[in-house]
Amino acid sequence: MSRLAHAFEPTGAPKLVTYVTGGDPDRQRSREVLLALARGGADVIEVGVPFSDPIADGPVNQRASERALAAGGTLATTLDLIEDVRREIEVPIVVFTYVNPVLRLGLEPFVARAAAAGVDGVLLLDIPIEESAGVRAALDAGGLDPIFLISPTTTEARLRTAASLGRGFLYAISRLGVTGTRTAVAASARPLVSRIREVTSLPVALGFGISRPEHVREVVTYADAAVVGSAIVQVIADTAAAGGDVAAAVEALVRWLKSDA
Amino acid sequence: MSTRAESPGPVFGRRDPDARGYFGEFGGRFVPETLVAPIEELTTAYLAARQDATFVDELMGLLRHYVGRPTPLYEARRATAGTDVRLFIKREDLAHTGAHKINNALGQVLLARRMGKRRVVAETGAGQHGVATATACALLGVDCVVYMGADDMVRQALNVFRMRQLGATVQSVDAGTRTLKDAINEAMRDWVANVDTTYYSLGSALGPHPYPLMVREFQSVIGQEARADILVQAGRLPDVAVACVGGGSNAMGLFDAFVDDRSVRLVGVEAGGRAIEPGQHAARFAGGQPGVLHGTRSLLLQDPNGNILPTHSVSAGLDYPSIGPEHAWLASLGRAEYCWIDDDAALEGFGWLARTEGILPALESSHAVAWVQRQLPTLTPGTLVLLNLSGRGDKDVETVRTILEQRETTAGGQS
Repeated sequence: MSRLAHAFEPTGAPKLVTYVTGGDPDRQRSREVLLALARGGADVIEVGVPFSDPIADGPVNQRASERALAAGGTLATTLDLIEDVRREIEVPIVVFTYVNPVLRLGLEPFVARAAAAGVDGVLLLDIPIEESAGVRAALDAGGLDPIFLISPTTTEARLRTAASLGRGFLYAISRLGVTGTRTAVAASARPLVSRIREVTSLPVALGFGISRPEHVREVVTYADAAVVGSAIVQVIADTAAAGGDVAAAVEALVRWLKSDA
Repeated sequence: MSTRAESPGPVFGRRDPDARGYFGEFGGRFVPETLVAPIEELTTAYLAARQDATFVDELMGLLRHYVGRPTPLYEARRATAGTDVRLFIKREDLAHTGAHKINNALGQVLLARRMGKRRVVAETGAGQHGVATATACALLGVDCVVYMGADDMVRQALNVFRMRQLGATVQSVDAGTRTLKDAINEAMRDWVANVDTTYYSLGSALGPHPYPLMVREFQSVIGQEARADILVQAGRLPDVAVACVGGGSNAMGLFDAFVDDRSVRLVGVEAGGRAIEPGQHAARFAGGQPGVLHGTRSLLLQDPNGNILPTHSVSAGLDYPSIGPEHAWLASLGRAEYCWIDDDAALEGFGWLARTEGILPALESSHAVAWVQRQLPTLTPGTLVLLNLSGRGDKDVETVRTILEQRETTAGGQS
C-alpha cells in the first residue's frame, strides 16, 4: 500500500493535511517546519514550490512565496529539502506547484528527482485534466500519484474523469476563490463532498478556508481529511517576524488543530 | 453572420485554433480548476455570439456610431519626404477613448451582458484597456473594476482619473513587479472568487482559450479596414505591415487580414527597454523560452528556475513578460518576424512623428513608429509600409516631459 493510501486509513482520529511553502522563511527553518508538522501529527504534508506568479493563492501564501524566493528557494531546492527530511519522516509528501517551474526543469527530470527525493504525489495548480495527459504519463512512470482538485464549479462529467484519473486522494476546494483563511467553513463544502462520494471511493481532503480545530472536526464528519494551509503559513510569517521559534509554533498549531479544543 | 460591404467589420471564424485552443504548440488553457467550467461556458457563449447576427450587428453599430469607425488610413508624406517609401498610418489613435482597445472592450462587455454578468473585471497596463472597458461598462450599464499595477498608476495617472470619472473602481496592485503582469494576476484572483457574477474582460490576445481568439477577432476590424483602404488608396497590398507588440492585440488585429497574403511582410516590434539584459526589457523573442503564464503556453521571459522575470519598458502597455500565443505560433512558422526598439529610440520615434505629421503617438505605438523611422533609409525604393498607430500619446506627455527634462538636467550638469 502506498504511503498516501495508508495515510487515509481510518484510525478514529481526525486526519489533517497540512500545507507550507518550501523554503519559507528560509531553507533551514523550512526544514525544521516540515519535521515539526510530522511531530505535530500531520497525516499528509503538502509542500508548495515558491513561484513568482501564484495566481491561485491569496495574500498569505503569496507572501510565503516571496519570502522563499528571496531566500533562494526554487523547485530544485524544494526537492532537495524534501529529500533531506524524507530521511527522518515517513509522512506522505505531496508537491504542490504551478506548472511553469516544472516545465522549465523538464517533466521527466522533475519526476525523476521528485521520486528520488521521496515525494508521493504531485498537484499541479494550473494543469486541468484536459492538459494533464503528458503529466500523468510522466508521474505514472515515476510511481507518483497525480492529485486533482475538485471545485464547486467542476461539472459532473469532469468530476468523473478526475476521479478515474486521480490517485492517492482528491482535493476538494470548499469554495470559489484563492487560498486563505475564513471564519467558517463554506456551506458549499458538504454538498461538494457528497457529489464526489457518489462517483468515487478515493479519499477526499477538503481545503480552502479551514483554520481552527472546530473547522477540522466539522469537516472530517463528511470528508476524509481537512487541509490547512494559510493558517499555518500565517503562523510561520508571524513567528519569523517576531524572531520566535517557528518550528515550535508550527508544531503547537498542528497539535491544536487536531485537538478537541 | 453579418457583414456590410461598405465598411468591413471584424472577421469571425477565419482561423480558429484547435478544439483545445492551440495555435500549433502555443495556447491552450492552463487555469485553476475553478475556472475551467466558467471558461468553457465563456467559450460556448462566444462561439454562439459571433454567429448571431443580432450580436454582430449591435457591435457593428457601436463600432460605427460610438467608436467612430472606420478609422482613417492616412498617408504620411512629410515623414517619408526625401525617400521613395510610402507610409500609410492606420489611425487607431482616433478611435473613441484614444486607442484600439475599445474594439475589444465593447465586444467583450456586450458578451458579458449577453451572458447575464452584472460585473466586469479587467486588468490594465498603460490604462487604455482599463479606460476602454470602463467606457464600455458605462455605456452598457455594467459594474466595472479595473486592476492596475501601483507603478503603472503613477506613470499613467491621467488614465486612472479617466477610469474613475467613468464610474469604474480602480484597484491598485502592490504585489510583485507592480505592473501589468501583476494586474492580470489580481484580476484572475478576483474572477476565480466571483465567477458566478463576474466577467473577466482581458485586454490582449493572451490568456486561456478562448481569449486569444476572441480578442484577435474583435481587433480584426483594424486589418480589415486597413486592407480595404490601402487597396483603394495605393492600389495594392502593402509590402510591410508593422505594429508594436505587448500582449499583441493591435498587432494581431492588423496581421489577421494579411496572414494569407504571403507577399506582405508582418513585423511585430517589442519593447527593448534599457538593454537586452534580464529585467531590463520586454522583448520576448530576445531570450524568451516556452512556458506557461496566465493560462497560456507561449514565449516567456523567465529565469532558469521557471520564475517570471521582471520587465522594463518606457511604455506601460508593452511592459509584459509573455506574448500572445498566436504571435509565438506565427513566428515559429516564419510567417511573422519580431524585433525590438529600445526606450530611447521609441522616444525619438515619438518626437519624429509629432514634428513631421502633427501626430503624438502613444509610447507603445512609438516603438512601431521608431522601427519605420530606422528602416526608412534601407527599405527598397517603392516599398509600401502599413503602420498601425495603436493609440494616441496624450496619456504619455507627462512621462515624455519628465524624461526629456531629466536629460536636459543631466546634460546641463555635465557641461
